[in-house]
Amino acid sequence: MNTVFKTTIGAVAGVAISAGAAFAAAHGSVKIAFIDPLSGPFATTGTNGLAEWNYAADVLVNSQGGVLGGKQIEIVPFDNKISAKESLIQLQVAIDQGIKYIAQGNSSGVANALTDAINKHNKRNPDNRVLFINYSAVDPALTNDKCNYWHFRFDANADIKMDALTDVMKRDEALKKVYLVGQDYSFGKAVAAAAVKNLGAKRPDVEIVGNELHPIGKVKDFTPYARKIMASGADAVITGNWGSDMVGLGKAIIGAGYKGQIYTYYAASNGITKTFGEDGKGVINLVAEGAINPPASDRADAYVKGFEAKYPDHDITQARIANAMEMLAKAIDAAGTADDVAAVAAKLEGMEHESIWGGSVYIRPEDHQAIQDVHIQAHTNEGITNALDNSEYGLLKVSTVEMAALDSETSCKMKRP
Amino acid sequence: MDLILVNLIDGLVTGLLLFMLSSGLTLIFSMMGVLNFAHASFYMLGAYFAYQISLALGFWVALLVAPPIVGVAGALVERYGLRRVHKFGHVPELIFTFGLALLIEEVVQFFWGKNQLPFEEPEILDFALFAISGNTIPAYKVFMIFISIAIFIGLLYILTKTRVGLIIQAALTHPNTVETLGHNVPLVFMGVFGVGTALAGVAGVIAGPVLGTFPGMAFLLGSIVFVTIVVGGLGSLPGALVASLLIGWITTFAASYNLEFADVLLAFGLERPADLSESMLADAWTLTLPQVGPILPYILMVLILVFRPYGLMGKRSV
Repeated sequence: MNTVFKTTIGAVAGVAISAGAAFAAAHGSVKIAFIDPLSGPFATTGTNGLAEWNYAADVLVNSQGGVLGGKQIEIVPFDNKISAKESLIQLQVAIDQGIKYIAQGNSSGVANALTDAINKHNKRNPDNRVLFINYSAVDPALTNDKCNYWHFRFDANADIKMDALTDVMKRDEALKKVYLVGQDYSFGKAVAAAAVKNLGAKRPDVEIVGNELHPIGKVKDFTPYARKIMASGADAVITGNWGSDMVGLGKAIIGAGYKGQIYTYYAASNGITKTFGEDGKGVINLVAEGAINPPASDRADAYVKGFEAKYPDHDITQARIANAMEMLAKAIDAAGTADDVAAVAAKLEGMEHESIWGGSVYIRPEDHQAIQDVHIQAHTNEGITNALDNSEYGLLKVSTVEMAALDSETSCKMKRP
Repeated sequence: MDLILVNLIDGLVTGLLLFMLSSGLTLIFSMMGVLNFAHASFYMLGAYFAYQISLALGFWVALLVAPPIVGVAGALVERYGLRRVHKFGHVPELIFTFGLALLIEEVVQFFWGKNQLPFEEPEILDFALFAISGNTIPAYKVFMIFISIAIFIGLLYILTKTRVGLIIQAALTHPNTVETLGHNVPLVFMGVFGVGTALAGVAGVIAGPVLGTFPGMAFLLGSIVFVTIVVGGLGSLPGALVASLLIGWITTFAASYNLEFADVLLAFGLERPADLSESMLADAWTLTLPQVGPILPYILMVLILVFRPYGLMGKRSV
């Protein structure tokens, strides 16, 4: 009697749960796992990125009717504390929760670990595959030697950015001497190597008067480096430095009386723009996609202003997130399913999409690298409709390289399912 | 020749900044045997308090007001925290200060956020004072030098010429005797801890605009401060000064001269191998002096510990 009673309760409960699950699946959500640092020294970048993903999902997809006839996009955050090991654990947690889309971008080290892990997982579990939406990790290797079918990169990688930057520098007749400085790890080395290669090909008359790497996060006083740059007579400094290394280097160079240009990858936002302020005007430049000044359209302007209203402590620093969200939603709708990620990937590669930031974004099928307009943006307070760090300074688009590196080579040999 | 002079000045600034941080720590360490992991955190608090005060009242008021606030915070930590843990031994004290460091870092992020703060130097000092063959020396750096020297002279005066200083000096080497003589040693301890952390606070106020005010600033300087006091010798203020200047100059000069180790190896007659990945000395062939500059102080510390464990001018063993 007791056993029968228990079995009946169990059966009813089981039916109820599976009915609920089926109900949820039909009117449920498509989840995207966000694996990035939400605590520790890089929490600023991670929390900012999470805000941008949530906003993109709400404004660009959910409020426009969702995907697949009404399903909402849900961003599920996982804190990886910038560690590759922790990221792999969080990846497994996400997969166990049934999430099929993994978004990550802060740290190429983590991205390298994730792309390997996801590739292996998909090989061993063909019924439970996941897709890797890399929105920010710019190590070129991820779409070259370490490429795989499940990885999609939405940011211009370090080589593409250097390609665009040197295209612009090629036109500058007054440029005679360039100084390269960077952080001593894979990304810093990649930037330096790309600079040397591109300058050598496009402007062999330009002299590279310095090429050095400094230990990452260890140099307290950048004054000696600034002195060397002054002594070399460089007209332009190229650096991939970020975070406190960027601020220290930038302030030291400007404080030493440097009058040339500094071309950076990451010298903006998270307090950096406000700290540079007046001193950075006319000196600091950024190579990046997704210019928000001048706004590409009213829609873009409204998007940024809406974000600033909802998240006053954050900025649109990774504009490509909007592209990634829109393109993924489009691919899901085109494939007619969010569960068969191979079908979604098949629609995502080769997709050409009109970006909210102007221009178009094209995902090359051969390496899953997004090709888009890359801009040189200047740190200034003139012509800024959308500023950063709640200051009056922001980034203004100065020149554009359209569809940068569209025909660049890749060493990617992708195994397709 | 000119570049040497410029590097001497730059290294002097770095060294004196390190001195302000390490002077407090060496006094605390030697007197109480407490390894204060949170010392760099008080430096960070000094910078953050000064930023907040400077928003309302300006930099100069912040310079006067922030260090005493940090000092009082330090004294309270000693009175209500460390003193209770002290009876359990050195390891619990260590763990306590370590936890305190983590706590302060999170508290700072809670109130001021995780971003870099735009703590700027005062406008009246924001110009180049002079230039040596094209290399400008900002007025603010000269100001830093003068403040640090003034503090050193002040400390030296207090320690050698006043009664309080004599008691402190005695407590540095013979704390039990001093207590037997009837002096209020716990009060002295609290005072020393407070003054030590106030010194770290001053360093924070001055260095905040130059080195950046962000939650990782304590972590950036934490380890080098310990190296400084070990090299200089525990309990020795002149030793802390010498060690700080030495480390300041070593890191500055190392970053300035692009000496390639490959040249050194070539001078020894070794040939550069064609395939570097096979060679055992692969790193030696590719490294330059600026790249290893920041670890030279640690190598110095190891050498000191091996050949002269009391430090350059220390009186008590590590």
